[in-house]
Amino acid sequence: MAEPVLELDELTVKFHLKRGELKAVDGVSLKVRRGETFGLVGESGSGKSVTARTIMRLLPNPPAEIAGGRVVYEGRDIYDLDEREMRALRGREIAMVFQEPMSALNPVFTVATQIGDVLRTNLGMSKAEARERTVELLSMVGIPSPHSRIDSFVHEFSGGMRQRVMLAMALSCDPKFLIADEPTTALDVTIQATILELIGRMIEEKGMSLLFITHNLGVVAHACDTIGVMYASHLVELADKEEIFSNPQHPYTLGLLNSIPRLDQQQRYLTPITGTVCNMIDPPRGCKFHPRCAHAMDVCRQTVPEFREIAPGHFSACHLNDMR
Amino acid sequence: MNANLLEVENLTKHFTLNGDLVSRLAGRTKTLKAVDDISFEIKAGETLGLVGESGCGKSTTGRLITRLVEPTSGAVRLKGEDLLSLTGDRLLQARKALQLVFQDPYSSLNPRKTIMQILQRPLEIHGLAKTWNEKRERVLELLNLVGLGREHVDRYPHEFSGGQRQRIAIARALALDPELVIGDEPVSALDVSIQAQILNLFRELQEQFSLTYLFIAHDLSVVRHISDRVAVMYVGKIVETGPAAAIFSDPQHPYTRALMAAVPEADPKKPPPKLTLTGEVATPIDPPPGCRLSGRCPIATPNCRTDPPPLREIAPQHRVACHNI
Repeated sequence: MAEPVLELDELTVKFHLKRGELKAVDGVSLKVRRGETFGLVGESGSGKSVTARTIMRLLPNPPAEIAGGRVVYEGRDIYDLDEREMRALRGREIAMVFQEPMSALNPVFTVATQIGDVLRTNLGMSKAEARERTVELLSMVGIPSPHSRIDSFVHEFSGGMRQRVMLAMALSCDPKFLIADEPTTALDVTIQATILELIGRMIEEKGMSLLFITHNLGVVAHACDTIGVMYASHLVELADKEEIFSNPQHPYTLGLLNSIPRLDQQQRYLTPITGTVCNMIDPPRGCKFHPRCAHAMDVCRQTVPEFREIAPGHFSACHLNDMR
Repeated sequence: MNANLLEVENLTKHFTLNGDLVSRLAGRTKTLKAVDDISFEIKAGETLGLVGESGCGKSTTGRLITRLVEPTSGAVRLKGEDLLSLTGDRLLQARKALQLVFQDPYSSLNPRKTIMQILQRPLEIHGLAKTWNEKRERVLELLNLVGLGREHVDRYPHEFSGGQRQRIAIARALALDPELVIGDEPVSALDVSIQAQILNLFRELQEQFSLTYLFIAHDLSVVRHISDRVAVMYVGKIVETGPAAAIFSDPQHPYTRALMAAVPEADPKKPPPKLTLTGEVATPIDPPPGCRLSGRCPIATPNCRTDPPPLREIAPQHRVACHNI
C-alpha cells in the first residue's frame, strides 16, 4: 500500500464566537495515500469544509484555533511551517478548488492575469511564458479556443467553464495534492458529469492525490476510492467505497443512504433520519448523533464512542460496535 | 380516470431584452423565450414532476400558472376556468385553490413576523377566520399538520432550522385548503436527511387532503420519487412527458437520456456519470428555428435544425418531441 501523503491526527478546531465556543472539527484522524482519492462526506455544518481549510491554513485565528492534533503533509507538520514555507506549499504542493468559481475568482482581472500571476509568483515565469502556459492549461481543462478566451473576464464564462478555469488555476503549478471543496455543487447535473470526468482524468494523468469534499453521496460513489463520513464535527465512519455502500456500520451512514430517493425504483415513503442536527455550541453529551439514533443506549448518552477499526480498513465510531 | 384539474395550453413567456426606445427603433431588440409554447395537464390527485436544468423555464412555468409573471400568450385553465382572463376579486378567489411553496425558506418567510402572523395572513385576506380564537385554532391545526407544535406558534422564522421553515411554508400553502400546490424546488435547499422528511410530508398531506402537485425540481431522483407523471424541459420547451415509471426506465428523447446518464447514483456498482451530449446548453435568446437540442444531439439530422419537432405520442400518455424517435 502506498505511503500516506497527508495525515490528520486527532485534529480539533475550535471557533471562539460571541455566542460561545464551537468545536467545528473534533478529533478527526485520517490518512490520504499517494494517488488515492478520498471523499469526505457530510451535511451542512458537519465540519468537512473547515477540515479542508485547516489543511491549507486558510482559517483566520482568531476566531479559529487549532485546539489539538496535527496536520502532517509529507512528514512535516503544516502548523510548524512559517508563512514563507507555507506559501511555497500552497499552490505548488497542495492546491484547492472551491464551490463557487464566481466568488473564488477575481471579477476585475482577466483569466490571463489571474492564472499568469500564479505562474509568475510561484514558478518565476516571465509574462510571455506565463501567457503561453495559461493557454496550455485552458486547453488542457477543455476550454474551447483558449487563445481567444484567455483575455475574458470570469463573468463572460458559463458556470461549468468557470469551474474549468478554477481547475486550470489549481493545476497551474503541478501540485501533488488537490483539495476540491464541493466543486460541482453549484453546477447542473450534465455539467457536473463533465467536471467530475475532468477531475478524474487530471488526477490519473498527473498521479495526484485528491481530497474531495461534498454532501452528495452519489458523487463520492463514483469519484472516490475511500470515503469518510462526518457528522457534527466527528468523523463517524471510514472505509473504502464498496464497503461504505454495501456494508455501512454507523447508524448515521445507514440513515443517509436510506434518505436518498432512488432512481431505479419508486418507494412510497423514504426512511429519513428523524430530528435535526444538534446545536453545535451546546452539543449533547456522549455521541452527538444519539438524539436522532434509533439504536441509542444509555452509554451513548454518556460517553463519546471511540473511532476504531472494526474490520481491516473499516473504521466506525459507534457503541454498537462493542456489542458485536 | 380523474378529470383534469389544471390544463396548460400553448403557454408562452417571451421577455424582450434591450427594450428601450433607441434599441427598438434600431431593431436591436432580442427576445428571450423563457417558456415557448408548452402544453400539459394535471389530473386531480396526481403529481406532475417538472424537471430540467437551470434556465430551462421550469420555475417561470410555475409563476405563469399563478400569474406572478404574466404570460405572453396561451391559456391556463383550473377546473375549466381560464385563469388568464380573470381580474380583481375573481382572480383572488381562483388563487385560493392554487398555492406555492418556494425553494428557499430563508427568504420566503418574513423575518419580522411571528409564525402566527405569517399563517393567519391568508386567512384574513380571504375572510376565512374572523375572531382571534378562530385564527389561533386554525393556525395551531396547520402547525400540527406539518409536524410542528403549539410551542412554535409565537416564534420568529430565524428560530427555526431550514427543514422546520419549509414545514412552515407548507403550512402557509395549506391554510386556504388549496387543490393544487406548486412546489418550486421545495427540497433543493435542504440536507439529504431533512429532504427525506419533507418529501414524506408532501406525500402524507397529499393522501390526507387529496392534493394535486406540480413539483418543480432539478434533482431527478427526487422527481422520480414524488411524481406520477413527469415532464422534461429543455430551453423553454417540453421535450418529453409521460408516466414516471416509463420515463425513468425507458427514456426516449436524447436530452432525457443524457440527463439520466449524467446523474451520479449513490451506488458504486452503477455506471459512472457521463455526458452524452457535446457543447453547451443552447441559449433561449433568439433560439434557432429547429429543435433546441440540435446543436448538441448525437442523432440530429439536417431537418432538426430547421423544423421544430412536435410532441408526438409514442406509447399511451408517453409523448416525445424528436424527429428521430
